[in-house]
Amino acid sequence: MDGTLLFQLTLNGLIVGALYGVVAMSFVLIYKASQVVNFAQGEFLLVGAWMCWWFLTEWQLPFVIGFLFTLVFMTLFGIILQVVVLRPLIGEPVISVIMATIGMGIFFQALMKWIFGVFAKPFPPVFTAERVSVLGLEVQTAYLLSLGISVAIMAGFGWFFRYSRHGLAMRATAFDQQVAQSLGISVPRVFAMSWAISAVVSAVAGVTVGMVNGVSSALSFYGIKVFPAVILGGLDSILGAVLGGLIVGVLENLAQYVDSQWLNWGNMYQVAPFYALLLILLIKPYGLFGTRNIERI
Amino acid sequence: MLDAVQRPAPAAAAQPARPLLEVSNIEVVYSDVILVLRGLSLSVPQGGIAALLGANGAGKSTTLKAISGLLKTEEGEVTRGEVRFAGERIDGIDPHEIVRRGIFQVMEGRRIVADMTCLENLRLGAFTRRDGEVRQDIDMVYSFFPRLKERTGLAGYLSGGEQQMLAIGRALMARPKLILMDEPSMGLSPLLVKEVFGIIRRINTELGVTILLVEQNARMALSVADYGYVMEQGKVVLDGTAESLAANEDVKEFYLGGHGAERKSFRNLKSYKRRKRWL
Repeated sequence: MDGTLLFQLTLNGLIVGALYGVVAMSFVLIYKASQVVNFAQGEFLLVGAWMCWWFLTEWQLPFVIGFLFTLVFMTLFGIILQVVVLRPLIGEPVISVIMATIGMGIFFQALMKWIFGVFAKPFPPVFTAERVSVLGLEVQTAYLLSLGISVAIMAGFGWFFRYSRHGLAMRATAFDQQVAQSLGISVPRVFAMSWAISAVVSAVAGVTVGMVNGVSSALSFYGIKVFPAVILGGLDSILGAVLGGLIVGVLENLAQYVDSQWLNWGNMYQVAPFYALLLILLIKPYGLFGTRNIERI
Repeated sequence: MLDAVQRPAPAAAAQPARPLLEVSNIEVVYSDVILVLRGLSLSVPQGGIAALLGANGAGKSTTLKAISGLLKTEEGEVTRGEVRFAGERIDGIDPHEIVRRGIFQVMEGRRIVADMTCLENLRLGAFTRRDGEVRQDIDMVYSFFPRLKERTGLAGYLSGGEQQMLAIGRALMARPKLILMDEPSMGLSPLLVKEVFGIIRRINTELGVTILLVEQNARMALSVADYGYVMEQGKVVLDGTAESLAANEDVKEFYLGGHGAERKSFRNLKSYKRRKRWL
């Protein structure tokens, strides 16, 4: 038994899990508002991270400005995707919409490889100190920042959906589109807004991961990791998405611990969340907080 | 006895100025094939309460949806005629735009957002507004419905009457010029119906909101309305002031539940008397 390693891995798990939670939230946001299962969520991270990398290295912008540019770009990106790809599909069968999002995912995956190449590229150093010591553990500054950003985004979501006009409008749209329209809410605009927010939030997650690991198409793997998280939490619960993300993050790190200490199979880190996914689907198919009777895919 | 002959466009009752809402000769078709309204006309003067009565399936709710634009959400369409609000044509406009112009529909079955609190539902009603007076208006709604203030839980757990009050309160939050109410008495106890209608009247007199009311409870509706329309099979077949309609023999017979002493007991009612049809 190695106590420090266990603690370190748990902390890593929480940090990575918070990021999963953030991506899962943005996935659930789209699902709740517009009933679209977005298989291109991981590509949002990828596009966001590459754009930020491009602004920082090619344009030589300072980090804060490059980051803001990225957010603006992703807002437009989300809106355009919704208007051009998803809006014409409103009212079409679920499977067509899913196919369209899968297609989008493949398209952007390939486009990014075409433009930026297939090799991981490091972000220019943003922080002066690479690592800081927390409670006797070495933690990468970027990870700390990512934890801070994740918590801030979650708090922001909480505020947005409880107190802001547009947040309430989104919840009303998720509840009943006809009611929303009778209240003066433009449903297409709510759809576009949910895609924009989702794209922006995913991009933030993408940039933080990119700062640690470098930017490469591996980033889009987050989009796949989101499924265990979201299904654990319940497909239509934002709180569930956050918890699901944290649980998956911790779970994969603990699985790695078990693996490194006893099993030595060498792949538990990647696979454990999906074992968990299978178990959840068997035992509690609606997740921890999901409503029943929601569509399964 | 009123003149029951169908008129092309009934004139507003003693209102020299142009009425706030004018529906003239509209035809509504659902899914391109089902003709529901066949040349319906009505008008509501500024500050008035008009009641729209009729049997199930006469097209009352469709009429309201044609005005509020919600028809669009149900594959319906105004194919002929026009709807004018404050002089401007509003048929064919998206429902959320119509709300911004000042028409708010309180839909049948209340349709409050069940997984939000009472207060959130009220704030949602003010979605189209950008002024800073939402807070005052919430207090104003609470002054009409004091019991809503005590309800802090989810709106889905409110009683039917409270949900109806919340639905009306939510409409007031939008500061509409015209409220379209679809069956506010549905599923409420007689006492609550009385209370709700009392408030509808107060909203009209105190806030000056014009109201178009669709009701099954014709007696109640005619007691608060100034003017009434009776619909049948997608057309207005009878209209007049509320008093004249309430006194009308046919309306009494078919909508106010029997008339005269011989109908007080249903024992002698061997067979259901077929409702008279004007069409």
